[in-house]
Amino acid sequence: MSRLIFEERKDQFFETGGDKPFRISCDKQSLAGAVSQRACVFCGSRVVLYPIADALHLIHGPIGCASYTWDIRGALSSGPELHRYSFSTDLGETDVIFGGEGKLTRALDELIPRHQPKAAFVYSTCIVGLIGDDLQAVCKKATERHGIPVIPVMSEGFKGNKRAGYYAACKAMFQLVGTGATEGIPPMSVNLLGDFNLAGEIWIIREYLERMGVTVVANITGDGRVADLRRAHGAALNLVQCSGSTMELAKMMQGTYGTPFLRVSYLGADDMAQALYDVAEFFQSQTAMEKAQDLVREELAKIYPRLKRLRKDLEGKRAALYVGGAFKAFSLIKAFRLLGMKVMLAGSQTGTQEDYEELASICEPGTVIVDDANPLELMTYLIEKDVDVFVGGVKERPIAYKLGIGFCDHNHERKLALEGFVGMLNFAEEIHATAMSPVWRFTPRRALPELEEVAA
Amino acid sequence: MLLRHTPKEISERHALTINPAKTCQPIGAMYAALGINGCMPHSHGSQGCCAYHRSALTRHYKEPISAGTSSFTEGASVFGGQANLLQAIDNIFTIYEPEVVAVHTTCLSETIGDDLPQIIDKATKEGKVPKGKHVLYANTPSYVGSHVTGFSNMVKGMARVAESTGHKNGKVNIIPGWVEPADMEEIKRLAALIGVDIILFPDTSGILNGPLSGEYKMFPEGGVTIAQLRSAGDSIGTLALGEWCSADAARFLDTNNKVPCRVLDIPIGLKATDRFVDALRIIAGVSVPEEVTHERGQLVDMISDMHQYFFQKKVALAGDPDQLIAMVEFLVSIDMWPVHVVTGTPGKAFVARIKELTADLPFEVNVKADQQADMFLLHQWVKNEPVDLLLGNTYLKYISRDEDIPMVRWGFPILDRVGHQYFPTVGYKGALRLLEKILSALLDRKDRDDPEQSFELVM
Repeated sequence: MSRLIFEERKDQFFETGGDKPFRISCDKQSLAGAVSQRACVFCGSRVVLYPIADALHLIHGPIGCASYTWDIRGALSSGPELHRYSFSTDLGETDVIFGGEGKLTRALDELIPRHQPKAAFVYSTCIVGLIGDDLQAVCKKATERHGIPVIPVMSEGFKGNKRAGYYAACKAMFQLVGTGATEGIPPMSVNLLGDFNLAGEIWIIREYLERMGVTVVANITGDGRVADLRRAHGAALNLVQCSGSTMELAKMMQGTYGTPFLRVSYLGADDMAQALYDVAEFFQSQTAMEKAQDLVREELAKIYPRLKRLRKDLEGKRAALYVGGAFKAFSLIKAFRLLGMKVMLAGSQTGTQEDYEELASICEPGTVIVDDANPLELMTYLIEKDVDVFVGGVKERPIAYKLGIGFCDHNHERKLALEGFVGMLNFAEEIHATAMSPVWRFTPRRALPELEEVAA
Repeated sequence: MLLRHTPKEISERHALTINPAKTCQPIGAMYAALGINGCMPHSHGSQGCCAYHRSALTRHYKEPISAGTSSFTEGASVFGGQANLLQAIDNIFTIYEPEVVAVHTTCLSETIGDDLPQIIDKATKEGKVPKGKHVLYANTPSYVGSHVTGFSNMVKGMARVAESTGHKNGKVNIIPGWVEPADMEEIKRLAALIGVDIILFPDTSGILNGPLSGEYKMFPEGGVTIAQLRSAGDSIGTLALGEWCSADAARFLDTNNKVPCRVLDIPIGLKATDRFVDALRIIAGVSVPEEVTHERGQLVDMISDMHQYFFQKKVALAGDPDQLIAMVEFLVSIDMWPVHVVTGTPGKAFVARIKELTADLPFEVNVKADQQADMFLLHQWVKNEPVDLLLGNTYLKYISRDEDIPMVRWGFPILDRVGHQYFPTVGYKGALRLLEKILSALLDRKDRDDPEQSFELVM
């Protein structure tokens, strides 16, 4: 097993419970040749901005970058669906030689009059960074010609990992913030940052806040709208979920507009309730606090009986999780605890030192903490820790299944809303469905003795 | 209406692809490389490319896909990616222990100008390639051609391994083109039935349609071996299935190793399978075995049983050139009307061939194969001239839903259905499956739409 881990990567693993002080190396480049589960800058920018449904998203580069990001995950919109189209300048060889600025200009001139978007995001890709197209200049001129903000997203793939892409996206969005009127925004108002409405989550959270008397100004970015982003600086508070993706925007808004922010998580009953209480506390509103308490009580009462039933089956089962950002892992660990399950492995693609320290501190002894793991490493620990359910993303799913382990996609391909109280129940249902699936009885790892005879 | 932003009026476009009917070269190279035994594909570029290709292939096959990446940084982009690739080759062989590493480039490394043969040579000289192990390569700039071109280039990379000893091995090389693992199995089965000893490359059967074994194997059993690829230079001939995916490699073997080649269509449908079987039969010097004739008879039987339902049904297709050519011929042969055909893979020869295949139809087929040949255009065509059936990859489902037209999933990628891993569409058996799917789609729709009085039990 030890040789399945690169010598250079040894310090990117840590097992809790020993007498060693916590130490993990992270936020570093993946080794060349490693089968990393990580992606690029462009990917980071694209996932953050993509749910803004009334904007044009034009990818300036060869066709692949557009093809691979064409509607591959839920980004539910209650209105326009323009974001679900794939627009690309589809750069060819001559463009690479002579430059793609002309093509980009023509593309914008064709698309903006036809689709009348409220803004346009133009994504830079690796090749654009190399051939030196002046995206800023092209976008500036297009803004003048068409009278809508045309914003370059400086997301050249090679300039770092997904985190750098999140930052580029935040910088792009920040160009919109502050350009709209803020009249009529009540004092108890917030922006929701870092939720992408993969399966309708942001609607759940908005409804909770509205019940507390809190107005949501802008969804950033799930079911997002350009006009909302433009007036987002009028909100009294930013609620930041998924700290990696939109934290930079919160910081920029704090710096320029003095908008304070709170880090929240809507995953799991504990963190969801805490988020609502934190909001009430921030506004120092007794009414909002009471409403939040009522809400938590009501919502918990709705899910509790079923949750109890599911927990009975799940008690003692073992989970592993490998997610994009570490912040999500905290909530998941608590959610698993609520289900009576033990987390044996917790890892992320892009966690920071503080993230991992916190992760280690809330995990039980014997939990393996990993940064930027490869499939063989993941497999080794899944088997060694005898895991029943693995939580991960698209590339991890078939690995779990091949081993005969249940799986829950907590990333792009989730089909059920996993946030809020109803989301906690959905999560429990999904974990239950996969952990208890009869299919595992036909797989070698859990095969019943009589089935083994058949197989033999 | 998900695609409500698509207008019916078609306007000339010059600088834009919307809802593409293609993707970029490297993923094709990655898929082809997975058809080599014990092979780790390697993407020489940014991390994102590799992650996207692995995700796309994982969604299509529902199998783990492993591939390495050179993890380019800004430094590599300025100073070249040689150091990254050398380190990658070293790391991959040390940790994952594959037999072969198949390197393909990306737009990034191509534009920087990294010289793959030189870097691989350096890696070999520096002892980073263990004895008995191999590094293949393909140049796959993303801004040229499409995923189909990338596949073809990696297959040509495999052909470069071939050696000529001067002693013929009595085998026939078959280059199957970009088909599914189940299709590759079917091609092997047909060749075995006819009695031709073949070297099939690439061969993803067993690799991308494996069982749940309780283990995760980075390199499952299956795939063409390096020994077989070497021996391909001594084969008596090569059958290349598909001009776009397979012909380059076959012609390379013809020129370089004096292995004569014949380029056939992918054996999809009756006539293309007839030509494939005939070619195998001639090589083997036998008559077509009874079992194969029997399968052909079953196919003709099904066509005749149900031909009234195919009659002049209009079809819109999106896909890749080799597949579309064979499919259009098949549709015409069973009296269906392919009215709109798009592929994002550029090629004037494709347009000419489709026109030739549809020359006898009482209308001119809409066909386009360039940058603007995308699903946006196809949708506009369909709005202007509605069809009875859509044939193509999963991305057609938006049009299917908006226009309420039945669709059959076929091609790459299929992200929302299963079966393509396990059931072939090539050969007579494959044609039976295609017909079953087409008929089910048409008849399900008829059952749904027929007025009560004419709702039929027996069809």
